Amino acid sequence: MASELDLSRDRLDAPFARRVEELSGENPYACYQCGKCSAGCPFADYMDALPNQVLRLVQLGDESALDLSAPWVCASCLACGVRCPKGVDIAKTMEALRLLALRKGISPAPATPDRPCPQIALVGAYRKLTP
Amino acid sequence: MPTNPSRLAYFPGCAMKDQARPDELGTLQALALLGYEVEEIPRWNCCGTVYSLAQDDLMRHVGPVRNLVRVQGMGEKRVLTLCAMCYGTLTRSARFVEEPERLERINAFMDTEDDFRGGIEVVHLLTLLRDEVGYEKLASQVKRSLDGLKVATYYGCVLLRPREFAVDDPERPEVMERVVEALGGTPTVFPERMECCGAYLTVGRSDVVEDRAGRILRSARGNGADLVVTTCPLCQFNLDKRRPAGAPSLPVLYLGQILAWAMGVDEPAVAALLTDEPATGKPVPSGV
Ligand code: SF4
Ligand code: SF4
Ligand code: SF4
Ligand code: SF4
Repeated sequence: MASELDLSRDRLDAPFARRVEELSGENPYACYQCGKCSAGCPFADYMDALPNQVLRLVQLGDESALDLSAPWVCASCLACGVRCPKGVDIAKTMEALRLLALRKGISPAPATPDRPCPQIALVGAYRKLTP
Repeated sequence: MPTNPSRLAYFPGCAMKDQARPDELGTLQALALLGYEVEEIPRWNCCGTVYSLAQDDLMRHVGPVRNLVRVQGMGEKRVLTLCAMCYGTLTRSARFVEEPERLERINAFMDTEDDFRGGIEVVHLLTLLRDEVGYEKLASQVKRSLDGLKVATYYGCVLLRPREFAVDDPERPEVMERVVEALGGTPTVFPERMECCGAYLTVGRSDVVEDRAGRILRSARGNGADLVVTTCPLCQFNLDKRRPAGAPSLPVLYLGQILAWAMGVDEPAVAALLTDEPATGKPVPSGV
């Protein structure tokens, strides 16, 4: 008998993916990995995983997504979200990953000003980079 | 209570009292000349700059919502912002807490404040100029034309994204270009005009922001601009103060500065570009 292919999403339905979905309000499985987000991300060059790859790790329930630098390099510019053909607001997924990392005490964020900054920058950074 | 149509509740935000002071001084004088009675909202607080994108982070909406409570207390239905970041946090938080359960929780938390009832409209300077003043009236009030000065209009992110809160078409905006035209300038449309400068990454990752600023400035200059204007104090800082060595030296000013100058208000930084007057660094406050 030919072996059956299980293409259901149940196999992918990992608790980690659910947690990210709950925090972000975005369904990671809506993403079909077209890569348009990464193509337009102005910060992709500085990331260790492209935005679509970050989403793929989340789909697979792979918690190593929390160790990536990508969510910390993401500046929440929302360019990805306005262009995603599936309407995924990836910036929210990135925010969920930052918050999960911060709440678990994994914080690779460079939150120390390396040069003088105005208060608008400091307030923004500390709101994004502290739990 | 009938509201006076020319009265405008105004949320300045911290940057307008600090590094973006020339924007505030210029814009408020221009708005007075356009017939507005701008009134700063009492006891305002920082809006927090960045909108929280998480579902469970109600705490981070207290800042913006508390300001909206103050607007409500003035008996006003809308509030003006000049800062693009303020516009983003105030509009988005107002919408986020409209949901009854969230509204109840945030009101319970802010127990020394009046309950927020919702329904406050947040207006950005650009939409006010377009939808209420109108480009024609604006042009008719111009005292000194920008005289064909080539102005690169830098939107950045928050004015255009997300789509639901965009002041214009998020991929093909024109409001800032039309304002520049009304003031007699020539808008320079350049590809990087809505690409992020790096925002708060300027804390800790100024290397990344330098790259971004260099790219944006080269794109503006390469398309022929004499100067860049923006409405975001963080963009202004990043483009100007994170300008990498070798990047074009064109000035980065606030929209309010060219608006004020065109309406006849003293604005040394713009004057220096259009006349032989030397820039003295600070605008001369008159009547604010
Ligand atoms: S653009 Fe949308 S669908 Fe395409 S890879 Fe990115 S998130 Fe997935
Ligand atoms: S929001 Fe983040 S991931 Fe999306 S385009 Fe901007 S920097 Fe890239
Ligand atoms: S956005 Fe900015 S300027 Fe506006 S109040 Fe908030 S932090 Fe301050
Ligand atoms: S371009 Fe930069 S500072 Fe300006 S709105 Fe975007 S993130 Fe903000």
